[in-house]
Amino acid sequence: MKLLLGVGGSELSYLALTETLERVSETGDELTVVIFENEDIDADFGTVQQRVQDHIDESGLAPPTRLIEDASPGSELVNIAESEGFDRIVLGGGGRSPLGKIQLGPIVEFVLLNAQTPVTLIR
Amino acid sequence: MTRTYPDEPAGEFPRPPRTITDREDRPIDVISADDADTESLVEMYLDFDPADRAQGIPPVKEEPIREWLDTILDDDCVNVVAKHDDTVAGHATLVPDNEGEHELAIFVLQAYQGAGIGTALVETLLGYGQAEGIDHVWLTVERWNEPAIALYEKVGFETSSAESFEVEMAIRL
Repeated sequence: MKLLLGVGGSELSYLALTETLERVSETGDELTVVIFENEDIDADFGTVQQRVQDHIDESGLAPPTRLIEDASPGSELVNIAESEGFDRIVLGGGGRSPLGKIQLGPIVEFVLLNAQTPVTLIR
Repeated sequence: MTRTYPDEPAGEFPRPPRTITDREDRPIDVISADDADTESLVEMYLDFDPADRAQGIPPVKEEPIREWLDTILDDDCVNVVAKHDDTVAGHATLVPDNEGEHELAIFVLQAYQGAGIGTALVETLLGYGQAEGIDHVWLTVERWNEPAIALYEKVGFETSSAESFEVEMAIRL
């Protein structure tokens, strides 16, 4: 299966990265990691890229990575998945409000509503 | 994140304790949760219809319910419960966020819904919040939950964001 994992630098996106790398090392799925700029994240884009690369290096896998610097990363993720024949988009998300309510960010919400491929949300 | 609040503060809300008669003619005491027994709240959430959950809360199983209650019954939170005799029929809470504002939620047991208890809970909670010096309160509600949105509007909440799955509403106290 061809997997497209999007990582934007939230804690939940790193969790999704770790879990996906573990799973791919068991299943042998074909993984591409897309790093995108999330305007809700304080860290600068270079730091996010470095942290993603560190996670990948630790896993012992070498999936190709791509950068999205587009202003609407959700739309770009959906485009890549469709135009390049990916079977599934994987994202982390669904943080909790102070009261414990699950909240989806705008990028995750866009992908869930607009993707033509199945989407896995890791939370 | 900056949230849009109504320009004008809402008027004074009633403070706990108070007793109302609901639309089913049941006497309902609305009291501070400090004066209620945590175990009776656990009971309420164990009885809570899972179909009435919203955005992942309340939890379904007892242990997660207790952990969640631990968080929202903390000293810096404000809680009121609605009691009918010894049964906790509803619960409303204000939980601080990191911006000096408070998130609100209410829960009413299915057998007590549609009787005006939710409105009494929200009003009394906001009155308690005013007494505690809380001035900015927000909430999120699923956009298809029209009865809840109507209740919040009646009390004085205004929609602050409607761009996502959930509608965000806010009130200034």
